[in-house]
Amino acid sequence: MIQFILNEKTIATNLPPGMVMLDFIRYHQHLTGTKIGCREGDCGACTILVGEIANGEMHYQSMTSCLMPIGNAAGKHIVSIEGINFADELNPIQQAMADEGATQCGFCTPGFVMSLAGYCLSSTEPNQQIAIEAIDGNICRCTGYKPIERAAGKVATILKEREGEEVTAFVTRKKILPGYFNSIKDKLVLMREEAIRTQDPELRTFLVGGGTDLYVQQHAAITNADIRFVFDHPELNGIRNEGKKCFLGSSVTVSDLKASPIINEAFPDFQEVAKLISSTPIRNMATIAGNFINASPIGDFTIFFLALDAQLILSDGNTTRELPLRKLYKGYKLLDKKPEEHIEQIWFELPEKNSYFHFEKVSKRTHLDIASVNSAIHLKMNGDSVIEASLSAGGVGPVPMFLQKTSAFFTGKKINDQLIGEAIEVMKTEISPISDARGSKEYKTLLLGQLIKVHFIERRLL
Amino acid sequence: MKNIDSYTHVRGESVYLDDIPLVNGTLFASVYDSPVAHGKIKSLHLDEAMKMPGVVRIFTATDIPGENQIGGIIADEELLASTHVHFCGMPVALVIATSDEAAKAAVKKIKMEIEPLPIITDPREAKEKNELIIPPRTFQLGDTTTAWSKCDHIFEGQTETNGQEHLYIETQGAYAVPQENSAIRIYSSTQGPTQVQRSTARVLNMPMNYIEVDTTRLGGGFGGKEDQATTWGVLCALAAYHLKKPVKYSLHRMEDMRMTGKRHPYSSDFKIGLDKEYNILAYEAIFYQNAGAAADLSPAVLERTLFHCTNSYFIPNVKATAYSCRTNLPPNTAFRGFGGPQGMFVIEAAIAKAAEKLNISPIVIQQQNLLRTGDEFPYGQIAQSEANECWEKAVELYDLNKLQQEVTDYNSKNKLSKRGLALMPICFGISFTKTLMNQARALVHVYTDGSVGISTAGVEMGQGLNTKILQVAAAIFSINPERIKVNTTNTYRVANTSPTAASASSDLNGKATEIACLAILQRLKEVAAEEWKTEVGSVKIKEDWVFVNDKQTDWIWNKLVQTAFVKRVSLSEHAHYAPPGIWFDATKEKGHPFTYHVYGTAITTVTIDCLRGIYEVDSVKIVHDFGKSMNPIIDIGQCEGALVQGIGWMTMEEILYDKEGKLKSNALSTYKVPDIYSVPKEISIHFLETEKDNLAIFRSKAVGEPPLMYGIGAYFALHNAVKAFNPSAIISFDAPMTPEKVLMSLYQQ
Repeated sequence: MIQFILNEKTIATNLPPGMVMLDFIRYHQHLTGTKIGCREGDCGACTILVGEIANGEMHYQSMTSCLMPIGNAAGKHIVSIEGINFADELNPIQQAMADEGATQCGFCTPGFVMSLAGYCLSSTEPNQQIAIEAIDGNICRCTGYKPIERAAGKVATILKEREGEEVTAFVTRKKILPGYFNSIKDKLVLMREEAIRTQDPELRTFLVGGGTDLYVQQHAAITNADIRFVFDHPELNGIRNEGKKCFLGSSVTVSDLKASPIINEAFPDFQEVAKLISSTPIRNMATIAGNFINASPIGDFTIFFLALDAQLILSDGNTTRELPLRKLYKGYKLLDKKPEEHIEQIWFELPEKNSYFHFEKVSKRTHLDIASVNSAIHLKMNGDSVIEASLSAGGVGPVPMFLQKTSAFFTGKKINDQLIGEAIEVMKTEISPISDARGSKEYKTLLLGQLIKVHFIERRLL
Repeated sequence: MKNIDSYTHVRGESVYLDDIPLVNGTLFASVYDSPVAHGKIKSLHLDEAMKMPGVVRIFTATDIPGENQIGGIIADEELLASTHVHFCGMPVALVIATSDEAAKAAVKKIKMEIEPLPIITDPREAKEKNELIIPPRTFQLGDTTTAWSKCDHIFEGQTETNGQEHLYIETQGAYAVPQENSAIRIYSSTQGPTQVQRSTARVLNMPMNYIEVDTTRLGGGFGGKEDQATTWGVLCALAAYHLKKPVKYSLHRMEDMRMTGKRHPYSSDFKIGLDKEYNILAYEAIFYQNAGAAADLSPAVLERTLFHCTNSYFIPNVKATAYSCRTNLPPNTAFRGFGGPQGMFVIEAAIAKAAEKLNISPIVIQQQNLLRTGDEFPYGQIAQSEANECWEKAVELYDLNKLQQEVTDYNSKNKLSKRGLALMPICFGISFTKTLMNQARALVHVYTDGSVGISTAGVEMGQGLNTKILQVAAAIFSINPERIKVNTTNTYRVANTSPTAASASSDLNGKATEIACLAILQRLKEVAAEEWKTEVGSVKIKEDWVFVNDKQTDWIWNKLVQTAFVKRVSLSEHAHYAPPGIWFDATKEKGHPFTYHVYGTAITTVTIDCLRGIYEVDSVKIVHDFGKSMNPIIDIGQCEGALVQGIGWMTMEEILYDKEGKLKSNALSTYKVPDIYSVPKEISIHFLETEKDNLAIFRSKAVGEPPLMYGIGAYFALHNAVKAFNPSAIISFDAPMTPEKVLMSLYQQ
């Protein structure tokens, strides 16, 4: 039994927890405003809001309902476009979209409206650029986006009046969202107790985190699978540091990282890095641990954490063991992990003051795309010479690669153009890119060389 | 006026194919399509699939009661493969089950043994092997053979333009519901309801009047649902016909991408000759169109490539030949621009190559050769040109000299980042090039409460057609637009329709609506004239009120309508419109095929990051010939949207088939269209408004397709930016200009 609130309605369902929310909303609740565009989180037409209580407050995030199992909705507030409509008038988001001509065929429109509604419910900055970030996962094929940008600007302007007022109170007072949003928290408090009580304690075999890759790759297989949901386990959440060590629970999402003061202090350009990786709704769902286990040779955060020499704490339910991320990958999608093992925690050492960290990614489309090549570097320096270099790269082999030889090559050397040139030659000896939809092997080789240069240029070491 | 659908759009209340409430007992379809690009079917194993839960029946070619044929222009395309498969994605069997999931699960259990046959994916190879859809066509003006001797400079080259996935966000789909007496109603996400009707009738061996096709709106079409929506409508109807149950099929994105055709890739050769003053004296082009495995609309697309092979330029000696080459890819089809963009890319590449060799700016050659009124197109029509007006206005308004200077300054200051600028003039002919298709009808009813219902041949797909139709009726009757409703497109209400395509639907359907409204208005005025015992000419309706001799009476619209009804005067009209003066003689390849042309000029500036090979479009500044726009919000929307789609085609959108004819870019994760960050930072659009008469509805020129071709400017701007970094780079004219091609060119040795 899964319980949650859909718009104003309390839902208790025995449908398979692996069913995606999109199908539940459209075909079981017959709410057809949520559209199907791609079923792989790449178009945003099915965007919904997911609200939960965090630190005593309602916290809403946009998510693509095509990749969200209903099991992940337990005890939460799910909002579809029908849940933000007023009886016979448009809310200011909708009015702005209509007035600016931001809707042509209309099929992507509910997704944009929902993403902007999510923005109104967040406490991020009220400016046009941030509002546009909220719709970075929505594809429109008709308008060319300019009127949508203008509508987003109008919405941001309205939010400027908030000035510290509690978010839900503000958006309901301004009639951006219906008044019932004010009563959701109390309903969820009651429901959560019940939802937790009725939870099946049995350890299930199929582990699902955000589901953002599993539902793309194995949709049919998971729908009826016996699933254990990572997000149901509060002990698997959280980002904390103990001295130099930073620990990430296995349900930590990209958005959690984005919001973490620890991460932002250690990686001052983390917001820019995150912007290159998928889109707002996907970042709200996708976990770092999932990115590792997915084992894509091009996983952005895998490359990021390979350079940081992250360590995994794997558990089979009884015993735990520690494994360096660099030793997880044995071959294409082949892991040093038993089926019953899962990541419980990830830890890594936060970069120190004398060190440099940089991440690069190039894809056909700069945003919301899978990399052609990505790379990260972590450099410990003594003056202008390298104490230790850790260089990783994706898209250049069957697994996400820690470039051991190239990394070692830097040790003890002074950085200059010639050294970088030589390092690139070393790099070429340890990669094995293939030609595919993301580029030819010649391109990937050239590009990785360029990105190695960029690491040093961006960190002003060249 | 805003798009009349915007209220329901922003609330998620607009109804698309997959939103139609289902009739009890509805069954679900899914297609088993060929995994092989070319071969003879040795055996088809359906047993395992039939055993799957929920499966009701599986149909194959043998279940077709009529002709197994959906080819429109040429009867060369089977609905379901009978003996041979001709492309990966060709429908072979249709599974019907009690749920969508069950149908899809069963499809996976179907097995087929195929004897492989040679696979062709390259149009030049197809031409070599004489695999042509139709005999080649040649457009000629003057005599290029003698003209070459007068040229001071002659350059030759080759170009490639890749295809383009439509990526309408609503996938293809249909829902067939059986009616009494064996009739079938088909809800179809189609730009061409009549085409669905006609093909269904042919396949089911039923008369057309038993097939009702109804379309509320499309979640995007862009040409992809002009001909290729037919398959799904006919398949659902086939199953509904046999099973006497409603059958629905809403395609999964990957099914859609795999099974449907796209914009035609072209490979082309050019030869261009100029005199000392850079007048283009002669131009020859050979186009190899990659048609895919069946004709679909390829012959018509091919024709438009020839019509637009000289873009916005006057060239006195032209010879352009086009081959429609049969390959083992899904049949390529209409896509906004319809072959025009492919033709224009080649002449722009020829000019760019000439400029490069002559060490001058291509802008010099472009401007020197712009069409003037009175110039003859290669197909004989005489130009009423706005080309110079648009160009000169753009140069002056946006200060081209300053823009060029900024690029030069930026490039001298920045080593690892370079800018490029390009101008792109456009000229696009409006009308279906097949003259007979230029006809439309509208059915207008005025109800006794004064409300108005309109049905036309046109399909609303986001382009704002219904809004413009409503504007026409509101303007002719001079009544409050809220009294008017534009209804679904339905073959029972308006028959024998042309597809909503060729940018011409507002003109054709708008004028038909105008004629219908004028006829009703005339009768209403007669009623009023009788009441006030005056001449009909003295009666006017202004903003809902009846005026006699310019004095307002106490008759409001409703009163007038009711009186007419009581007097047994018809409040309905079905009107027909066919634009006058257009013709084309395909035996001579000459005529006057277009009611008018649309012109414009765009200035595009881009910046490339020379370390990473990535780039941004900084600005596109346009002067566009709208005639007299009847709806600036909608027209700007079309202009911006088409531009961005064109930029997508020229930059990031890359269709990839492997040698076996399998689509590699088969999902949104591998086929990228512009997102909000990749569009130009600035788009400026200036309306070149003219008072000249034209055949457009209310003189508001067609706007759907022409602005797409501004996107070609992005390619050449990128080309120029790469050259600024690596002057010795030899960049082949091969679109799209992906980050990969940029980086490889930047560091080309």
